[in-house]
Amino acid sequence: MDLSSLIACHECDLLQKRVALPRRGVGRCSRCSAVLYRDSPSGIERALACTLGSLILFLIANAYPIVGLEVQGNRVIASLYDTLHTLWLDGREDVALLVGVTTMVAPAIQIGLLLYLLFPLHFNQLADGAIPVLRFLQFVKTWSMMEVFMLGILVSLVKLEHIAHLQVGIALWAFGALIPLLILAVSAFNPDEIWARVRVRGAA
Amino acid sequence: MRGIEVTAGELGFYSCHTCNLVSKVSRDHHEAHCARCGSHLHHRKPDSISRAWAYLIASYILYIPANVMPIMHTSSLFGAQSDTIMSGIIYLWVSGSWHLALIVFIASILVPSAKLLAITFLLISVQRRSVWDPMQRTKIYRIVELVGRWSMLDIYVVAILVALVQLQSLATIKAGYGAVAFGAVVVLTMIAAMEFEPKLIWDPKRNRHEQTAV
Repeated sequence: MDLSSLIACHECDLLQKRVALPRRGVGRCSRCSAVLYRDSPSGIERALACTLGSLILFLIANAYPIVGLEVQGNRVIASLYDTLHTLWLDGREDVALLVGVTTMVAPAIQIGLLLYLLFPLHFNQLADGAIPVLRFLQFVKTWSMMEVFMLGILVSLVKLEHIAHLQVGIALWAFGALIPLLILAVSAFNPDEIWARVRVRGAA
Repeated sequence: MRGIEVTAGELGFYSCHTCNLVSKVSRDHHEAHCARCGSHLHHRKPDSISRAWAYLIASYILYIPANVMPIMHTSSLFGAQSDTIMSGIIYLWVSGSWHLALIVFIASILVPSAKLLAITFLLISVQRRSVWDPMQRTKIYRIVELVGRWSMLDIYVVAILVALVQLQSLATIKAGYGAVAFGAVVVLTMIAAMEFEPKLIWDPKRNRHEQTAV
């Protein structure tokens, strides 16, 4: 029997046959309706374009100030790095690490690894070590929380609005555009594109 | 295939959790690897229940300092002030931004406590091999996975306020121990949810079927 035509639901373990999907169709589990596989036409190209865009926005979001504050001539400008730096200097290294990993390190790794996988795929090749990279990417994705950070920025802006004059920085706009773009990149990238190119051990 | 509900586990098939390839592995085989991607194959995530409990209990313990200890210290010309999560929400409420108070309340109080209770409920139901509405419980699991990250909101708010409000003599804000405990609760409950094996929700169902069929 050809096992590659079978798929077991990752949430309820129901064994099902893979069927050919219509364009942009989604294959769902017939018991718990979890998404099992997708058809994403020209997914690699779309994912690559969105990831490159995300990279540029990510650099802007990190290089420029998010917000500036002015009270009675005192002026403070904060970029993402300044935020981490201040927390660190205050002796809150733990909070600085948590914020740094989830808003800077994890998204950077996520964008970098996506590009590492997508560039060779664009030329119909498989990157070296694609399998461990993909596995790590699935792990990193969970800890990349820029969308929550964005909401955090907005909440703090409203909190400070009463007491100070605020200036919104370029990085805030970059974050705002980066979040949906990276979500588009992730949803366009179909890992099955990688698995289809890996030869199964013992198979003819 | 529809109508005859059979799981991969029942037929002795292992589904790779990385690449979804279904492979046939003999039961007594301990060190099975996926033929395509080389990942460890196992019937169910190993020790998922005890691992999830461990992270969950740690979260419960840290949940207390997270709510009791101040997450933020403000010192200004008008004196010093310490804020816990709840007092921050109350401040927002009385200062007129009720919509913001609501967002922070949902993200910092409602979501973490509901998440702790939901994981507890799922773990107990799975341990007791409950057959109660597996679809409903799967939905609970999906919601827990989806909303857990949003509890980080308060940590980010504190981080940004700390960075911005550094006005020497006028006012400064520092993060408190409560923020560390709260961050730990969010991370630990996320790991607990990851360790939880949703397939266990469906396993008793098929055993019940087998019993009635015999």
